[in-house]
Amino acid sequence: MAKAYTPGLKVSARTTHRTRRLLPIPGEVKVAVGDVVAANDVVAETFMDGDITPMNMANRLSCSAGDVAGLMLKQIGEPVKEGEPIARSKGIFGAFKTEVAADADGTLEQVSSVTGQVMIRGAAIPVQVRAYLSGTVVEVLPKEGCIIENDVMFVQGIFGIGGETEGVIQVACGGHEETLDADAITADMKDAVILGGARMTAAALRKAIEVGAAAVVSGGLDDQDLKELLGRDLGVAITGSETIGITVIVTEGFGDIAMAARTWRLLADRAGRVASVNGATQIRAGVMRPEILVPLETGENENEVDPTLAREAGLLELGTTVRVIRDPYFGLLGEVSALPAEPAVLGSGSRARVLEVRFPGGDTAVVPRANVELIEG
Amino acid sequence: MHADPDVPAIDPARIKVIVATDCGSTTTKAIMIEEVDGVYRQTFRGEAPTTVEEPFADVTVGVVNSVTELQELSGRRLIADDGTIIRRSSTDAADGCDIYISTSSAGGGLQMMVAGVVREMTAASAKRAALGAGAIVMDVIASNDRRRPHEQIQRIRELRPDMVLLSGGTDGGNSTQVVQLAELVAPAKPRPRFGSAYQLPIIFAGNAAAREEIERVFTAQDDATGGFDLSIVENLRPTLEQENLGPARDCIHDVFLEHVMAHAPGYDKLIEWTNAPIMPTPGAVGDILQTIARTQGINAVGVDIGGATTDVFSVFDGTFNRTVSANLGMSYSISNVCAEAGMDDVLRWVHLDMEERELRNRVKNKMIRPTTIPQSGEALVFEQAVAREALRLAYQQHKEFATTLKGVQQQRTVGDVFSQEVGGSSIVDGMTLDLLVASGGVLSHAPRMQQTAMMLIDAFEPEGFTTLAKDSIFMMPHLGVLSSVHEKAAMEVFERDCLVILGTCVAAKGQGKPGKPCFSYRITGGATADGALAFGDLAMVPLAMGETADVEVTPARGFDLGNGPGKPVTRNVRGGAAGIILDARGRALQLPEDPMERRQAVTRVVESSGMYDDLELAPNGA
Repeated sequence: MAKAYTPGLKVSARTTHRTRRLLPIPGEVKVAVGDVVAANDVVAETFMDGDITPMNMANRLSCSAGDVAGLMLKQIGEPVKEGEPIARSKGIFGAFKTEVAADADGTLEQVSSVTGQVMIRGAAIPVQVRAYLSGTVVEVLPKEGCIIENDVMFVQGIFGIGGETEGVIQVACGGHEETLDADAITADMKDAVILGGARMTAAALRKAIEVGAAAVVSGGLDDQDLKELLGRDLGVAITGSETIGITVIVTEGFGDIAMAARTWRLLADRAGRVASVNGATQIRAGVMRPEILVPLETGENENEVDPTLAREAGLLELGTTVRVIRDPYFGLLGEVSALPAEPAVLGSGSRARVLEVRFPGGDTAVVPRANVELIEG
Repeated sequence: MHADPDVPAIDPARIKVIVATDCGSTTTKAIMIEEVDGVYRQTFRGEAPTTVEEPFADVTVGVVNSVTELQELSGRRLIADDGTIIRRSSTDAADGCDIYISTSSAGGGLQMMVAGVVREMTAASAKRAALGAGAIVMDVIASNDRRRPHEQIQRIRELRPDMVLLSGGTDGGNSTQVVQLAELVAPAKPRPRFGSAYQLPIIFAGNAAAREEIERVFTAQDDATGGFDLSIVENLRPTLEQENLGPARDCIHDVFLEHVMAHAPGYDKLIEWTNAPIMPTPGAVGDILQTIARTQGINAVGVDIGGATTDVFSVFDGTFNRTVSANLGMSYSISNVCAEAGMDDVLRWVHLDMEERELRNRVKNKMIRPTTIPQSGEALVFEQAVAREALRLAYQQHKEFATTLKGVQQQRTVGDVFSQEVGGSSIVDGMTLDLLVASGGVLSHAPRMQQTAMMLIDAFEPEGFTTLAKDSIFMMPHLGVLSSVHEKAAMEVFERDCLVILGTCVAAKGQGKPGKPCFSYRITGGATADGALAFGDLAMVPLAMGETADVEVTPARGFDLGNGPGKPVTRNVRGGAAGIILDARGRALQLPEDPMERRQAVTRVVESSGMYDDLELAPNGA
């Protein structure tokens, strides 16, 4: 039961980070081990089979399926243009011939003598994979992609929307407890990664999209505002493919909640620096959280004590700082003041292992161990 | 064609110690079953995290860990020095077990794409075969599914199924349409989940006359980009009036083992360890429910509500159906339940004041931190309200799916075929339902069994007399696979250790005016009570677990309790923690439209059921 609590999110001042950049299907890797790449560089590319356009030729020529092949003007493997005649019926005594034009550009791939269907394969679709994180290529996976490494400041969010992007960090809020509202977003934040504070409002996000910001990072978000932004109620937390014109990262949770002080300070200290940001979130088996990566210079942030180390070791003891992640104390930070061994009966009537948290004002509360996560002091 | 896996014959008489595991997405659960005084009992239980993903990437590590827990608890050595599970050479040996069996849903279970010519006929039959085998059906492609061919192709390309089941045409009938369907699937080249080197299995269970053409279509695409592994089985719809799902279902299981499982980390070892083929978890649950229904001659419904999905299984008059509601669950999918049902429908079950904006944020916070548990009474009440809606929606989907045409080897008349074309009528009948079994965290771990019973009653709306039960420790998967090798042991454990009887629901079908008579009752035997209930009322009569009582009910005019409107019924019922629940709220269950009246009605039910007695209210009304 040593891990009867939720591990916290990773917030690391300096860490060596590796990112795997893989093609969805085999292709060509364009970099070699030792290459230094920028976030925007293409590291691998391939071509996917083009789209298929089926044409019911037997119907269109009013002939039997078996006759279609003999009426084709183009043969399998030949390129065709949309609107170009590709088949012609025999007509009646050589007259009243019907011509059928291709429905799409591509190559004639198949003519079926059973169904009379003709398939046109469109041009191959290029697929490119970019580096995403600037750094050094440390491994090449032949035909698949590569692994890029760099020393970065690494911040994991709890939830995000939108995919990979990058931009210069610009601070919009005066502190981690300040709500991010529209008036804090200015035109010079175009292409920037905007750092908010506590909850970000729908108006702020609309304004950020309007000025062309790359991403917004803040502590909380109201579900109602998320719904308004997406135009639908999000059912399951599998995101990353949204195309709303911006990437959004929530670091703490839904509602009025301040960003953890240390997270905010780390990000604010890197104002003016380029960050790689990915909102993709997948909360299922094989969990994926959104992330912010800021490549660091040699020696930068090296003396910063990393409280996540204690977290990795799974230490939950008296004095450990925790955040409550479930109502009725959702979002409150406190110190573990007691760790009773025996399960206790909760207000809900369930029995569960609990701990006692002392909040900064001196009040204490007993909460289930499952409802806290470890966090920095 | 796939042959049956090579499984050594097992003599049931020699089986005295059984070890079974269920490798779930997050935990691997092991149980030990032993013959004690001539009766099979579940004796020990172990649990360990599933190890399909990195850093272990080997499912057998979790299996060994969970079985090691059994070993420690039982004192019986089960793990050999080489890390495998010890099999006894004789029934006198102190160490080891006689058989080891397993189910699996790790890595997202079995995901399938299904295609058939006519959506309501062959495609529906193919979907039933896939669901019955324990699969998640990602999409059903049919010639008449209202999508244009290029849209269908696009969809096929987006999916990453473990296998495809293709059906269409009656034997000897026109083969053009099913070949046409194959010609859409093949060039679309659906990519399997397990990488580019994997040949995607295709099972063809359609018109026998089309086999040659189907083979040609799929071999033509068998190029360097991966190709297909085609299996051909008997037509699942050989004639319009006959459905023959068995061969397709068996083939799905074989392909699951030979291809899907073989590509999952460590499963090659696990397959060698087991004495019976590994089954997909939901397929095994379906098997045990069918065995119970068959041996006891009853109609039964089972539900398993998880964090992401809800499975519903039913057996009515011997016909089995299963549905998976892919995005109805209590953690990962909780937000989807609220979106699909609407917050108003969720909150209609709540008797306390709650603020919607705050609740919406709480729902999302549960979604992004799925392992948290309700601390306050209010959080529990809200979560159980969400569960009612998730279960109600899942059951609704199940009823719509389980229509008159369903079932294995079912013979129907031509008249049925015509009625099926307009949708068919549901074979799920609340009045003939005898047993309703619950499993899944929110139902199994509810602090009070009355809460579990009331969630089941509100969501499933059983009519007449229905026994309510829960699966004590989610043992049904283990027993399902056990029933394939030792039915007696599976049934004995099911009755004695698996089922926890919650009580019996006695509910009148019909509608009336609040306060007007609904039914009167007289109870004798294990409990004694009599009285009358007005429409809208609910009462509970204590009857302890293991006890039975005779319940005689006389419905008022217009109400039915099993013998027809107004006709009295007497039944012997089983007791449990929730006792006998007399439900005069009518069926279909309709809560008052007016919010004030609805709140009063729900509060009355909460008080009479006692489900939230002594509930502790959280600070600040949070």
